[in-house]
Amino acid sequence: MHSKVWDSIFRSKLPINTNLDRSLVIFNSLTLHIHPVKVREKAIKFSYTFYLGMISFFLFIILIVTGVLLMLYYQPAIPNAYENMKDLQYVVSNGMFLRNLHRWAAHLMVISVFLHMIRVFYAGAYKPPREFNWVVGVVLLVLTLLLSYTGYLLPFDQLSYWAVTVGVNLIQYIPVIGEKTKFLFLGGHEIGEYTLVRFYVLHCVILPLVMVLLIAFHFWRIRKDGGLH
Amino acid sequence: MNNIIENKTEVSTEPLKVPRRIAIFPKETPVKFQKEIIEEKLVQSFPNLIIREVICFQLVVIVVTFISLFVDAPLEELANPMNTPNPAKAPWYFLGLQELLHSFPPLVAGVLIPILVVIALIIIPYFDINIKRYGLWAKDRTRTLIYLSFSFTIVSIISILYKAYGIFFPSLIIYLMMLVPFFVPHRKGIIGWFYKMSLSEWIVGWFIFMAVVLTIIGTFFRGPGWGWVLPW
Repeated sequence: MHSKVWDSIFRSKLPINTNLDRSLVIFNSLTLHIHPVKVREKAIKFSYTFYLGMISFFLFIILIVTGVLLMLYYQPAIPNAYENMKDLQYVVSNGMFLRNLHRWAAHLMVISVFLHMIRVFYAGAYKPPREFNWVVGVVLLVLTLLLSYTGYLLPFDQLSYWAVTVGVNLIQYIPVIGEKTKFLFLGGHEIGEYTLVRFYVLHCVILPLVMVLLIAFHFWRIRKDGGLH
Repeated sequence: MNNIIENKTEVSTEPLKVPRRIAIFPKETPVKFQKEIIEEKLVQSFPNLIIREVICFQLVVIVVTFISLFVDAPLEELANPMNTPNPAKAPWYFLGLQELLHSFPPLVAGVLIPILVVIALIIIPYFDINIKRYGLWAKDRTRTLIYLSFSFTIVSIISILYKAYGIFFPSLIIYLMMLVPFFVPHRKGIIGWFYKMSLSEWIVGWFIFMAVVLTIIGTFFRGPGWGWVLPW
């Protein structure tokens, strides 16, 4: 392990014996340097946070990986989208498993993000100086719901079509801008090919992009506001 | 500002005789909430935190994998705009709202309430007056009882008027729970816990309880024509 190749890839030198070495592991890693070098022993106990934020983030990672793989088999068109679902079930190896992973991780993420919010509230962890990070968290909750909702239409079966119809019909009740907003989202007066494309772009590009940026900001603020330290 | 010590300006080149003032203190320090800083034990992030993250990630993957192995994602027939299912249901996390839609006009249930909930969530940290979270019954019990009962009466009248029993009954349960510490002097166990809960904690608890009840009703107890059905 302790070779020239290892040393060239990982900036931390083995063996890790002292607390200085342990600190350098964090310092010298792009993926780990978001952590403080030391944390409060109490703050990393399971009973303190139930790791709900962490769980939400890991579910999001699973969703990105499975989502990208699902994109390889998906065409946002009618009736291709629905046929793709059938292909995933009967033609693609482990296709159904892949779709299951994506769907159940999404449902679990809605639950874990909601529970995370409740935990933060009852711990009073939104108090100064963390007010704004709470606001970012609320936006992340809304984004999670929107991501889940836009993804709901994509299989384009009866279930997704009518579930989205129920929600979209509410948009037109917004005073003044209701009709225009509905048209904007649907790309027409009712759900059709362009709705599918718009939801697809929202679900696979726009919303995940905003989500990733806000998650990064959320984590950064945890550090700056003195989260674990 | 009138309790600030009167400050005379004396100019002198002799620093021992006329010391320079660097700060002026009011006679009484203003009452401010100062968070107590307690020295806590720190541990190295590596490996203490990192190992927990890795194990957490593995467990999340394992749980999702197991669910996915045994439960298939639903897929019905191709979408058909001509064939409306009865009832047409939104995704489960919006069924609480759809349940409200059954009782209230769409502008209220579909637009006003979601927007108000999001706004309420956003302003929580900025309107947290009771930052130390004194219990609901900590002071002026009679006035608290009057305000509380008045608020509950308004919620009840609105929800019964609109036949929104999914709001009325959870609110009634929470209201009765809030009243327990007022009538029972016992301060231990669950009643002591109730006694310690602040108003904001009660309100959020009420919101969560109602969201859960409405979602469960919408998911399991609503059938054709949004009529009441039993899931078994």
